[in-house]
Amino acid sequence: MCVAFPMRVTAVTGDRGRVALGDVEQEVSLELLDNVAVGDYVIVHAGFALQTLDRGEAAETLAMLGALTRPEEEPAP
Amino acid sequence: MTPDEVILLSHGAGGKLTARLIDSVFLPRYGNEILRRLGDGAVLPPLAGDPVLTTDAYVVSPRFFPGGDIGSLAVHGTVNDLLMCGAEPRWLSLAFVLEEGFPCEELARICDSIGRAAAGAGVLVVTGDTKVVERGRGDGIYIAAAGVGERVRGLELDPRRARPGDAILLSGPVGQHGVAVLGARRGLAFTTPVISDSRALLREARALFAFGGALRTMHDPTRGGLATCLNEIARAAGARIAIDEDAVPRDPPVEQACELLGMDPLYMANEGKLVAVAAPEAAPAMCAALRAAGAAEAACIGAVVEGSPLVAAASPAGGERILDVLTGDPLPRIC
Amino acid sequence: MKYVSEFRAKAFIEALLGEIAKEAASGIRRTFMEVCGTHTAAIARGGLKRLLPAAIKLVSGPGCPVCVTSTAYIDAAMARALRPEVTIATFGDMLRVPGSAGTLEAAKARGADVRVVLSVLEALAMARERPDRRVVFLGIGFETTAPTTAAALARARAEGIGNFLVASAHKTMPAAMRALAADPAVAVEGYICPGHVCTVAGLAPFAPLVEEFGIPAAIAGFEPTDVLAAVLALIKQRNRGESRLENLYRRSVRPEGNPKARRLVASVFEPADAWWRGLGVLPGSGLALRREYAAHDADAVLPVAAEAPREPAGCRCADVLKGIIEPKDCPLFGEACAPDRPIGACMVSSEGACHAAHRWDRS
Repeated sequence: MCVAFPMRVTAVTGDRGRVALGDVEQEVSLELLDNVAVGDYVIVHAGFALQTLDRGEAAETLAMLGALTRPEEEPAP
Repeated sequence: MTPDEVILLSHGAGGKLTARLIDSVFLPRYGNEILRRLGDGAVLPPLAGDPVLTTDAYVVSPRFFPGGDIGSLAVHGTVNDLLMCGAEPRWLSLAFVLEEGFPCEELARICDSIGRAAAGAGVLVVTGDTKVVERGRGDGIYIAAAGVGERVRGLELDPRRARPGDAILLSGPVGQHGVAVLGARRGLAFTTPVISDSRALLREARALFAFGGALRTMHDPTRGGLATCLNEIARAAGARIAIDEDAVPRDPPVEQACELLGMDPLYMANEGKLVAVAAPEAAPAMCAALRAAGAAEAACIGAVVEGSPLVAAASPAGGERILDVLTGDPLPRIC
Repeated sequence: MKYVSEFRAKAFIEALLGEIAKEAASGIRRTFMEVCGTHTAAIARGGLKRLLPAAIKLVSGPGCPVCVTSTAYIDAAMARALRPEVTIATFGDMLRVPGSAGTLEAAKARGADVRVVLSVLEALAMARERPDRRVVFLGIGFETTAPTTAAALARARAEGIGNFLVASAHKTMPAAMRALAADPAVAVEGYICPGHVCTVAGLAPFAPLVEEFGIPAAIAGFEPTDVLAAVLALIKQRNRGESRLENLYRRSVRPEGNPKARRLVASVFEPADAWWRGLGVLPGSGLALRREYAAHDADAVLPVAAEAPREPAGCRCADVLKGIIEPKDCPLFGEACAPDRPIGACMVSSEGACHAAHRWDRS
């Protein structure tokens, strides 16, 4: 029930920011979050950033998926 | 014509002001010896091939968008329709419906772009009309265009000729016009680098004309995009069309914009792409011919197969989905 | 698209499907519900159902705000739309939802001022720029969208933008999931939970449901690997006799969600009873504007007499929403009820179970 996407913060001015998904840019409100910095990724829905993406968790999820693709005997690098 | 002049109701009355509009705006920008006769219609020289007539109305808003405007769009769209019928475009007519108060400077810019587009496509605007509606009764400018072309011998373009085994060729990435216009409408709140693909498909179409009967049918996927165009072909051919989404050429910013808006690039409008159905043995050569003609990303995206008229797409995830006929203009959504 | 494309990698999808096939090798039939309409759309658009083993069935739940919105809400919006001073601002999703007398799209054609917005902030800007108009924003959506409407209302009140009104149809998920979990007719053995609702709400609203009803649940993101990872987790829990709430969307969902967003919602809205298509009235499942915001409440400022909401005749959306029947089992599906002539709510929204089935699964 909620189309939302991780977007890279490219500018912050007060509680407003500009974010990008690839080459598409959008103005969003950052008022639902605290201390968002340029370079962060935020989950954007209907013109608002709802959460800051946790890069560590994203990497961990991808690592687990990567592990699934390798046959058991060879441990993940 | 002073820069701040605007269209008055009398510009549409056929009198002195109409004549001034023709002499100072239209003729200098796309005049030719047939149009200059300013008759009630254009007397055209005989054609060797069968005549082909097409007509289209242009109401795009905003009038100016990245990659084009309502003027170039009217020329390209009409020329492309003639090409899709297997005809060499020859002559156009353009009728303007202008709103009282419409800035003449904007009309001039649009007519400049009509002139450039017509010259680029090697067609002549040979007749036209101008009407003015009261302020508030129109949206600045509408253009009704008609085009006459000469059918190329040896071609029989008809979607009913598509049959199982035929290949589906697409000349380039989808959705650029739709996203460019949408971005222009949204202003700063939503910006994309996407520009409309609005252009005349002369080189691509002529490259395929050379294949004669092996070219079953050709269509430009404008409103409703690729998916709607394929559904029309499937319905006319009474057969199923199966495509591979991964094979459809993509323009990343178009995909990114569609993701954000909850829309599907396969349903977004194109104004400079063609879909061709090719006999299987000729398909590879046709694809190469398209690329040689400048459609660098032309690709075979699927085939006509046995089955009831539907369009099925193998999804990037490896699954399969039906590309249904559009039930209305794609709307941005949040859920 | 960073943090998007990586979660669509074919190698990951194939690996997950392999694991799912292994875990489902027993052939025991499992029915899982994806509660959220955006999951339904992601599953349909990726053609994922066809990739799952036959024993694994996915059914769509009530998590599509358009699907669960009553015709009475549309009728009220239509009545307001016809008032000369009113501009209706709405997400695109609501434009084609049929009320008892047509859609907002039809009202627009007959002269009503109806505007599609991408964010409530556009509606607020309209109100600020046109003090002579009354801008009524259709506040639909769940925990994910409610904070955005709350933020706009808080700003309107602070800046004195008196002509910005909200017709709230915001709802919260737990009550609906509880109604489903408690209904014996709903044969669902696991929930794929809405990743973006949980991004705001956190785990707290869903954990008690899992304990109380002993049903496995997995919070998922919306890329193909996210959905398949959730299906795999639910099968594994069932095979091991477990029932836990697993957070598989940790890159976006913190256990505590977004407290700041929730505090803002609580300051603007209060729980209220809400009527859900297919589920009827669920106490406390809606969000109504608090008294301090009465001046911005369309229901208070522009009251409209709308008759009690009811299901269209012959419509089985109620059972589709509960996963009791599949869209194709409904007598209206495909013929009387289709995307271009939707009767039931599940056909209206592009994320509704029936619309997704008609559009992407029918072959």
